[in-house]
Amino acid sequence: MSQQGYVATPPYSQSQPGIGLSPPNYGHYGDPSHAAPPPGMMKPAGPLGAAAPGGMMPQGPPPPGPHQFGQNGAHAQGHPPQRFPGPPPAHSAAPSYAPYSPSTQSSYPSPVSTSSVTQLGSQLNAMHVNSYGPGMAPPSQGPPGPLSAPSFQGPPRPPQPSVLQPGSQVLPPPPTALNGPGASPLPPSTHRQDGLPGPAPPNAQYQPPPLPGQNLGAGYPPQQANYGPQMAGAQLSYPGGFPGGPAQMAGPPQPQKKLDPDSIPSPIQVIENDRATRGGQVYATNTRGQVPPLVTTDCVIQDQGNASPRYIRCTTYCFPCTSDMAKQAQIPLAAVIKPFATIPSNETPLYLVNHGENGPVRCNRCKAYMCPFMQFIEGGRRYQCGFCNCVNDVPPFYFQHLDHIGRRLDHYEKPELSLGSYEYVATLDYCRKNKPPSAPAFVFMIDVSYSNIKNGLVKLICEELKTVLEKLPKEEQEETSAIRVGFITYNKVLHFFNVKSNLAQPQMMVVTDVSEVFVPLLDGFLVNYQESQSVIHNLLDQIPDMFADSNENETVFAPVIQAGMEALKAADCPGKLFIFHSSLPTAEAPGKLKNRDDKKLINTDKEKVLFQPQTNVYDSLARDCVAHGCCVTLFLFPSQYVDVASLGLVPLLTGGTLYKYNNFQMHLDSQQFLNDLRNDIEKKIGFDAIMRVRTSTGFRATDFFGGIFMNNTTDIEMAAIDCDKAVTVEFKHDDKLGEDSGALIQCAVLYTTVGGQRRLRIHNLSLNCSSQLADLYKSCETDALVNFFAKSAFKAVLHQPLKVIREILVNQTAHMLACYRKNCASPSAASQLILPDSMKVLPVYMNCLLKNCVLLSRPEISTDERAYQRQLVMTMGVADSQLFFYPQLLPIHTLDVKSTALPTAIRCSESRLSEEGVFLLANGLNMFLWLGVSSPPELIQGIFNVPSFAHVNTDMIPPIYSCIF
Amino acid sequence: MATYLEFIQQNEERDGVRFSWNVWPSSRLEATRMVVPLACLLTPLRERPDLPPVQYEPVLCSRPTCKAILNPLCQVDYRAKLWACNFCFQRNQFPPAYTGISEVNQPAELMPQFSTIEYVIQRGPQSPLIFLYVVDTCLEEDDLQALKESLQMSLSLLPPDALVGLITFGRMVQVHELSCEGISKSFVFRGTKDLTAKQIQDMLGLTTPAMPMQQARPQEHPFVSSRFLQPIQKIDMNLTDLLGELQRDPWPVTQGKRPLRSTGVALSIAVGLLEGTFPNTGARIMLFTGGPPTQGPGMVVGDELKVPIRSWHDIEKDNARFMKKATKHYEMLANRAATNGHCIDIYACALDQTGLLEMKCCANLTGGHMVMGDSFNTSLFKQTFQRIFSKDFNGNFRMAFGATLEVKTSRELKIAGAVGPCVSLNVKGPCVSENELGVGGTSQWKICGLDPTSTLGIYFEVVNQHNAPIPQGGRGAIQFVTQYQHSSTQRRIRVTTVARNWADAQSHLRHIEAAFDQEAAAVLMARLGVFRAESEEGPDVLRWLDRQLIRLFMFHLRRSPFLQVFNNSPDESSYYRHHFARQDLTQSLIMIQPILYSYSFHGPPEPVLLDSSSILADRILLMDTFFQIVIYLGETIAQWRKAGYQDMPEYENFKHLLQAPLDDAQEILQARFPMPRYINTEHGGSQARFLLSKVNPSQTHNNLYTWGQETGAPILTDDVSLQVFMDHLKKLAVSSAC
Repeated sequence: MSQQGYVATPPYSQSQPGIGLSPPNYGHYGDPSHAAPPPGMMKPAGPLGAAAPGGMMPQGPPPPGPHQFGQNGAHAQGHPPQRFPGPPPAHSAAPSYAPYSPSTQSSYPSPVSTSSVTQLGSQLNAMHVNSYGPGMAPPSQGPPGPLSAPSFQGPPRPPQPSVLQPGSQVLPPPPTALNGPGASPLPPSTHRQDGLPGPAPPNAQYQPPPLPGQNLGAGYPPQQANYGPQMAGAQLSYPGGFPGGPAQMAGPPQPQKKLDPDSIPSPIQVIENDRATRGGQVYATNTRGQVPPLVTTDCVIQDQGNASPRYIRCTTYCFPCTSDMAKQAQIPLAAVIKPFATIPSNETPLYLVNHGENGPVRCNRCKAYMCPFMQFIEGGRRYQCGFCNCVNDVPPFYFQHLDHIGRRLDHYEKPELSLGSYEYVATLDYCRKNKPPSAPAFVFMIDVSYSNIKNGLVKLICEELKTVLEKLPKEEQEETSAIRVGFITYNKVLHFFNVKSNLAQPQMMVVTDVSEVFVPLLDGFLVNYQESQSVIHNLLDQIPDMFADSNENETVFAPVIQAGMEALKAADCPGKLFIFHSSLPTAEAPGKLKNRDDKKLINTDKEKVLFQPQTNVYDSLARDCVAHGCCVTLFLFPSQYVDVASLGLVPLLTGGTLYKYNNFQMHLDSQQFLNDLRNDIEKKIGFDAIMRVRTSTGFRATDFFGGIFMNNTTDIEMAAIDCDKAVTVEFKHDDKLGEDSGALIQCAVLYTTVGGQRRLRIHNLSLNCSSQLADLYKSCETDALVNFFAKSAFKAVLHQPLKVIREILVNQTAHMLACYRKNCASPSAASQLILPDSMKVLPVYMNCLLKNCVLLSRPEISTDERAYQRQLVMTMGVADSQLFFYPQLLPIHTLDVKSTALPTAIRCSESRLSEEGVFLLANGLNMFLWLGVSSPPELIQGIFNVPSFAHVNTDMIPPIYSCIF
Repeated sequence: MATYLEFIQQNEERDGVRFSWNVWPSSRLEATRMVVPLACLLTPLRERPDLPPVQYEPVLCSRPTCKAILNPLCQVDYRAKLWACNFCFQRNQFPPAYTGISEVNQPAELMPQFSTIEYVIQRGPQSPLIFLYVVDTCLEEDDLQALKESLQMSLSLLPPDALVGLITFGRMVQVHELSCEGISKSFVFRGTKDLTAKQIQDMLGLTTPAMPMQQARPQEHPFVSSRFLQPIQKIDMNLTDLLGELQRDPWPVTQGKRPLRSTGVALSIAVGLLEGTFPNTGARIMLFTGGPPTQGPGMVVGDELKVPIRSWHDIEKDNARFMKKATKHYEMLANRAATNGHCIDIYACALDQTGLLEMKCCANLTGGHMVMGDSFNTSLFKQTFQRIFSKDFNGNFRMAFGATLEVKTSRELKIAGAVGPCVSLNVKGPCVSENELGVGGTSQWKICGLDPTSTLGIYFEVVNQHNAPIPQGGRGAIQFVTQYQHSSTQRRIRVTTVARNWADAQSHLRHIEAAFDQEAAAVLMARLGVFRAESEEGPDVLRWLDRQLIRLFMFHLRRSPFLQVFNNSPDESSYYRHHFARQDLTQSLIMIQPILYSYSFHGPPEPVLLDSSSILADRILLMDTFFQIVIYLGETIAQWRKAGYQDMPEYENFKHLLQAPLDDAQEILQARFPMPRYINTEHGGSQARFLLSKVNPSQTHNNLYTWGQETGAPILTDDVSLQVFMDHLKKLAVSSAC
């Protein structure tokens, strides 16, 4: 089947968009095994090169490999020292590609075809450089590369470099050549599919290489080499230079049989390559449009004028100059912004700029904040806004002379002039009602209905709160947290507690009017934990007993949120509600829900209804919450259907988090829950936030995805935003972009800190612009793309049938690749699939996305789980979504107990599991430990303390908790 | 035969009944000519230390429409063991228990001296007394403190098995759960939302939603249902602490605003709570409020201080925008409470008005108390409140609950209505008249709360036709049957049966005239007047009154706060009228025509005319208007006192003179409920206005010099004096007679 699916592929690949055919493609994508092979190829391209070469060399692949490396190496070498200064690298990347696409067509026939493999290799190198340079090129490989490179293409190389800078003209050929090589991997597969004569042989030949390729980068190069010769014309035509990528698509060899899963580009390999190349290094953000290391790569990021990729990641770091071009490529232009991302301790925290009463300096016209993109002129008396080009006077207090290169003398003293990210102290103008904000408050709202009491959850929560409240977040310099806390319990009525410090006993106030809930007390509800500690402890001790003999099963939900919101409103402060809830709110009250879990809707046009809230109560409630800076975090402990689609809406829209523990069992799940609770309470968070994304002229932010609420088209309102929440912003052209000026993005978040200060957090990012499609493809970031696709698809789930969405996803992927093939790759067999290097693993990832239970209409998956995951993904950052969609599969049995390093992950496929092994699968949400039937008894003994597999009892699994999020 | 005066007094002593006419005109026509209707003042629970209740149940007439109770007026056939009902003439068999009956062995109810008799009903569950405190927390700190102390004190006065509940209100309404240990718990309600009884009960969890667990065992105890009402002995300490911890309403009140006070909702919840838990059980809702309701249903004024509370002027101009709605709200509550036999007391202590006008029906219809004071921190409130819990000679509270008063009449009479702290039970019957006077159209009324002085005016109509003369010596009879819950929680029935002679007005006019009870008539007419004044325009009532028989009392009645609203706030008027409609005859008379005593060296204290001429320089005056006790020192006396003569041993007699009215006043203060305002003033004192406004302005600035001479003090008023009034009256009487 799968092969057939593949077979189908060709048509699609033929017609550039291949859209019509896409479904089949999709189909085969769906099958991991198919997709897998290409990744295999990919891997080799990268880091493997170094190691692989040896093995691979014989097969011919080596040449390309080296080339790539060589180039990579070049990059690596050149870059660190000189490139960085700025333009060069960018240029190298951009221009080099630019030529491709246009040139491709013409180039096909002539140069490349004949050009020797070596040429291809060299070209590839160039390609790789471009493609890898930013993303993947491992420095280590550098050496080998050069070596090989020379051997293959002594001459070509020189031109390339030169080409790179000059750009268009020279490049064309190399690209094609590169493409060829890049394509090479692909070709094989394509060949297989098509069964074209030419390709066919190569395939056969290639196949072997791919395998090795998987192991090592080298694997892939070989392919290229092979192709080079054989494919010549066709292959060359693939500008993509994605050695690895193409291969996968090409997939099924004519050999007809099963597609070799190893021939698919391997995400693991890509990740490992990037780690090897860029891991542990310092990544300076001084260059416009440079593609950052993968999210999975651990490196130190140095802010030198652009926001760290931890804060902003883009789908592409090179925007097309025109909207036509953007339409042609159909690559989404989007940024995934995580404004409060956690920064590792070895990176510099954000500087705080305080201009006192003057407030931040802003452009008069577009209101952009002072940033490195502002150009000072006229001796420093005026500055030109990089976003709208308006010339503004420099306010007197801000004046500074310029130096000989037109930079302010204080350039390095002011974070807002030299850094990509920094914070401003906001003035009263930025505060609600022009009053300084109050410190936020946390309100804990515990469902004390029968089931929660019975399973001990209430007691657990109360116990935990006693300790966790000691760790409320606080400003760095403060001794104690300014956050006040309040407590509410509820079943079908609400109990507020007065825990004023001077009381001997807490007082309970019951509000039964759930139809129109209100706050029964003002003073004593929200208190400073330290001051009221004894009363609070008293209360937490009593709560479990107080309701011990309650047999109330019904609960309310909307009134609970309403109550918390009203309490915050009454106290005139922002805050966060922690709701611990367990059941479908069936009690008579606003937001009452009924069980509407109808499996019959699945696979119909009405399936979307399952993802929509049952009533609009929650929507308007969320609006109110956001308006009052009330963030809702929901801990759900369902034992049956609870309508997550409805319950989760407010947490989603208010920037809160939804945690779900199905069939909560104390001995199994309490650790995970407590950990989540602690993390959630302690994590960095900003309240009552408004985010605005400003762009330079020519494009603008048009669509937003995330835990946000939008009252108009520009202001992203968030009751709160924490370090885990990301907002994905899509951009569209509204004019032409200039290659010189590039594309600038400024994201400003106005928020209230945990200490009650009003601040502005600014992130700036500059991107390249190019009129060459190849540049665009070269600068793409698959992880961010997948994040975008996932969010846009999951948003669409509410309005469109899943079938349509799946089709769109497949079509768009196909279109992107087809466009590449048509415009950037050298000509190839019609059926051949060619993957740009930057998108090598895109098909695999898209397949993963399509296999997500949200998009999968399968009745056996609970509706709640689907709704939950849908909402979960909406706020994910790139790293989270990457892990979520392509979980880590760790072979535990290979773990070196003496080392702290985790074993290298393996490709996430069932076929990778072996009966002798023990595997851990983690996607950031769940962890599964997979025990092979014949896994080593000593391992089982070690983990479970039982003699053999047969003795393992699933109930005794030791508490494992997610450390990945 | 004794004089009519003695007869009247004797009857009042024994039966608590005073008729306007003690010999009744025998036909409708003649009765109508009498102008003053045949009516009586009935004090159903008049204290009768000499009347021990009998421990059995009354014997009823077997005719279903009659059901009169065996009484001394019935004819009894001792041999046949039969008795004839004196109302419907039905012949009834005595019940088996009466087999031993004979002329010499009569049951108490047949003895003439037991025309009033009280039965104790043994069957049925004994329901405890219930006291539900509804406390305003929007008070000044001092006031709240004083109120808290009073409330705590009252706990010690309650019978130990009484159930108590506590509702506090301010911006929100809190119903305190008294049973819980540890954390104190209360149910909170929004003060702005009108809730139906059902909603309230649902929200308080009073409606038991068929709990599977509980169905297994049948209801163990009828009283477990409410966590909010608990026996005082159980939660005495808790409640004392709770009261002690009561804080002022914590919601901030900005400058220029009144605190938000949800009196309407608080009362509504109180009524709903009792309705759901103890319907038809004697219960007292005691509302303590320190200001007007300012939000939610029943609000009387907005929270803007710049907008004053409605005055009579506003009401006349139809400018009181909340009044109608609020009145409606409280009327609805009052009716619900009355239906369930719960009474509502209002203790309003504030310098400004508190909305008594709107809330008056709560007390009026349910027989609750209404107390108005300046502050909870005054002896007026403290002692009045304490007096509510005073006990009678048997150690029982002077209060009774959930009473129904049924009136039965002989055929010649019909019942026109009643005026007093009651609501109609809408029981039609053959003896109910078409013409209504007061609350009519029924032969039964509900009086939810009453005490030994609670007095109703009951009005009758003679229906006997002129052409069907009643045989000479015929007697008309009326039976009052009052069923009530005694403060000892027993159900009791007090039966009073009275009879009066019929007389033909043409032939025996003299008799009828002689048997006229001027005082009773005055009070009865005044009650009617006040009743009308409540519902009609002031001047109309005066005109109506003027058209009726006019006597001396009427002069003062016309000037009284019961009919005149000038110089009184609507709240005050409501307060005065409330008390007028429930006090007994003596007190009512004082209210209409205040008593003035004069103290001097010339002799013992003497009552003097309520006239400006009585105000003399060398006298001390003591005026009792029921609501106020005024001691007024004449000019000379005041000067003497100022000079300190009273402290000189040689002028000890002066000291005694000064002391005498104080002692007398003290005596009055001790006995009266509610405690009167005590005013000690002197000539020229600002408080002297209380006196000056009451006395007959026989000397005013207009006629001072014509009257001249030494006596009296001129009153600066344009009111007509009694003299002028009488002159007009004479003229009128003569001319109309023509």
